[in-house]
Amino acid sequence: MAKDNLLGGSLWDAYSNKVTTLMNNPQHQGEITEEEAAAHGNKLIVADFGAESCGDAVRLYWEINPETDVIENAKFKSFGCGTAIASSDVMTELCMGKTVDEAVKITNIDVEKALRDDPDTPAVPPQKMHCSVMAYDVIKKAAGLYKGVDAESFEEDIIVCECARVSLSTLQEVIRLNDLKTIEEITDYTKAGGFCKSCIKPGGHEEREYYLVDILADTRRQMDEEKMAAAADASMTGDFENMTLVQQIKAIDAVIDESVRQFLVMDGGNMEVIDIKNSDDNIDVYIRYLGACNGCASSTTGTLYAIESTLKEKLSQKIRVLPI
Amino acid sequence: MQVYMDNNATTMTDPKVVEAMLPFFSERYGNPNSLHKFGTSVHLPLSKAIDQVYKGINASDGDDIVFTSCATEANNWVLQSVWIDNVLNSDKNHILTTEVEHPSILSTCKFLEEQGMKVTYLPVNDQGIVEAHTVRSFITDKTALVSIMWANNETGMIFPIQEIGEICKEKGVLFHTDGVQAVGKIPVDMQSVHVDFMSMSAHKFHGPKGIGALYIRDSQPLTPLFHGGEQMGGRRSGTLNVPGIIGMGRALELATENIEATMALIRSKRDRLEDALLEMLDDVMVVGERDNRTPNTILISVRGVEGEGMLWDLNNALIGASTGSACASEDLEANTVMLAIGADNELAHTGIRLSLSRFTTDEEVDYVIEAFTAAVKRLRAISSSYAKVGPSPGGEAQACDLLYHHDNDIVVKH
Ligand SMILES: Cc1ncc(COP(=O)(O)O)c(C=O)c1O
Repeated sequence: MAKDNLLGGSLWDAYSNKVTTLMNNPQHQGEITEEEAAAHGNKLIVADFGAESCGDAVRLYWEINPETDVIENAKFKSFGCGTAIASSDVMTELCMGKTVDEAVKITNIDVEKALRDDPDTPAVPPQKMHCSVMAYDVIKKAAGLYKGVDAESFEEDIIVCECARVSLSTLQEVIRLNDLKTIEEITDYTKAGGFCKSCIKPGGHEEREYYLVDILADTRRQMDEEKMAAAADASMTGDFENMTLVQQIKAIDAVIDESVRQFLVMDGGNMEVIDIKNSDDNIDVYIRYLGACNGCASSTTGTLYAIESTLKEKLSQKIRVLPI
Repeated sequence: MQVYMDNNATTMTDPKVVEAMLPFFSERYGNPNSLHKFGTSVHLPLSKAIDQVYKGINASDGDDIVFTSCATEANNWVLQSVWIDNVLNSDKNHILTTEVEHPSILSTCKFLEEQGMKVTYLPVNDQGIVEAHTVRSFITDKTALVSIMWANNETGMIFPIQEIGEICKEKGVLFHTDGVQAVGKIPVDMQSVHVDFMSMSAHKFHGPKGIGALYIRDSQPLTPLFHGGEQMGGRRSGTLNVPGIIGMGRALELATENIEATMALIRSKRDRLEDALLEMLDDVMVVGERDNRTPNTILISVRGVEGEGMLWDLNNALIGASTGSACASEDLEANTVMLAIGADNELAHTGIRLSLSRFTTDEEVDYVIEAFTAAVKRLRAISSSYAKVGPSPGGEAQACDLLYHHDNDIVVKH
C-alpha cells in the first residue's frame, strides 16, 4: 500500500485500447457449420472450455485441412467479460493459418502480448490475466480432439500458475536455490500467484490441483530433512565436535530418529533433546523422557545406557546423556 | 443521455441538501464545543438537524442517535464493542448474522472470529432473506448479538425486522440491524420495532458522503469505538461534522416527509422497467418478490451474458449499473449474495443490479430499456451459451459446482 493504491485501480482503465476495441467489436466471433467445413473438404473441430456456471466459457471452431493439418478458418463464441472476449478473439486470429502442431504452442502469454498496445505495457491488469488462460486451454482441447489424444498430453510440465505459466519444477527449484520462505517471495521471483491468485491457496477464483502454499511447505520440509541428513552424515565423518549447536541437535535428533525412538515408542514412551553443553572434556546432552518412559525404572539405567552408547558410537565418544 | 442506475451504491446529493449545508463551511464554521458565539451559534441548526433525523426514523427522545463518519464505522462500533462488553467482560461468545450482510459486517465478524468470537452466518432462502424462525432456532445462551440487515443492498429484499426484534426481545439478546438500505427508502419506525442498534448512512438517501449514524435504543451502554474529546456525550469523540449532520438531517427529512408517495413514484418506474425487461427478453430472471423489495431495486440475471460484459456495454451507453459478477471485482471473488441465494450458479456471473432513485425520470427508464435490451442482444450474439453448433464429441466442458460457505457450522451447498 502506498499513495498509488489509496484509491484502488479502475479495472477498465488498465485495459489496452486493443482489448477495448476487440471487446466492442470482435473480429472472429461466429460459428462454422459442418456443411461449411465439408464444402471446403475440411474437418470441423468444435471445443468448449469453461462453462457459464464457472464465470467464463469459450467455444472454439476450427476448420482444418486434413491433408496439411492447417487451420484454414477459425471462429469463437464466448461467455465472458471484456477481456475474455478480446482474448478469445486474438487467440482465434493467432490460430488461423497455423498447423495444429504449431497452434498448440500458442500460450496465454502470447495471447496477452498480442493484446498489448505497446510491447512493454501489459494489456490487462494482473487479476485479469487468467482470462487469456482459457483461450490457451481451449486450443489444447481442440488439438486433442483433432488428434484423438488427451489435451494434457500437450503439456510438457505441470503448470501451477496458469497466468504466469510457472511450472512445478521451476517453483521447487527457485524455492531451493533462493531459500524462499514466503508466498510473497515466490511471487517476486517467479510472478506465480501474482495475477488471479487462484494458485496461492484453496478457496480462490478457481480450484487448482497444486497450490503454492503446499509446494512451499513441502519443499521447505524436504530442505530441512536434507539438512538434517547432511548433518547426520557429517557426524559419520567425525565432525560432530566442530558443529554448531543447531547442527549438533539435528545430528542427535537424526540418530535418535533412526536408532532409538522406535523402541521407546513401542513401550508407549518418547524423549526429546532439551539442550547440549560443550566443554573441553565432554559434550553433555540433556534429554527429557516423555510418556511411559517418564519415571520408568530403566530410564536411568538400561535405556539411558542404550541411548548414550548409540550416540557415542555414531557421533562422538565425548557424549554424556543426562536426563532431566 | 446518461443515466445513473446505481443508487444502492451511492446517490446524488440533493441540491436542496447542498444548499442547507453551504453556510456551514465558510460562514458558520465554528466548533459547537467552543464556548464563544462562533461555536454556540451552530447549536440551533444542529439541534434542528438532530430533530430531523429523530423524526425521520421515529426515534424516542430517550434513544441516542450518534453521528459517525459512515455506516461502516457504525457497524464496526456495534460489533467490536459487543466483543468487548459482552464477551471479554461477560460470559457470552456468539454473534448471529447472515451470509448476505455488507462487507462492513462480514469482515468485522471474520476479524472477531480471529479474536475468538463464534459467529454463525445464517443462510438465506431462495428469496434472499432469512426467516425469523431460523433466527430463533440459532439463538443460544451464549449469543451476545443478532445482527441482521433491514434491507439487502444487492437484491433490495426486506428482512422481517419486526419479527426478529420480537424474538430477540423475548430471548433477551441484543439486536443490531444494518439499516443503510432501508432508511430513506422505506418507512422505518423505531417505535414499532424492537431494535437495540441501527446503522445508517446519509449518502444512500441523497445526503452527503462521510456522515452516518448509529441509533442506540434507550441510550443503553456500548463502549465507544473512538475515544477522545468526549463529543456526542462521550459516545463518539471527534469534532462534529457540522455540515454533514446538517446535510443528513435535511436529506432524511426530504426522503421521509412524503415517503409513501415517493415510494409509489419510484416503484412505478421500477416496475415499468422490470416488466419491460422481463417481457422483451427471454431467459431472464429477477431475484425476490417485488412486494418485499425496496421500491427502487432490480437484480436481474440475464442468461448467457456475463455481468461485467453487460456492465461494459451499459457503460458504453453511459448507463451506470452494478454487477456482483466475480469478474468485475478486484479480487475476482464471486458475490456472496448471489451465491447465497443459490437459485443457480449462473446467477453469480450474470446478475445486474439496477437501482433507481426519486430523481430517475420516465425518459431515463425508456432509454435504459432500450440500451439494456440492445446490449443483451449484442452479447448473446457472441455468447457461447447461445451458439447453435455444438461441440465435437468429447469436446464438451464440465459445469462448475460453486460452493459457498463460511468456515462455520452451517455449510450451504448449491
Ligand atoms: C447494506 C450496507 N451496509 C453498509 C454500507 C456501508 O456504508 P458506508 O459507505 O456509509 O460505510 C453499505 C453501502 O455501501 C450498504 O449497502
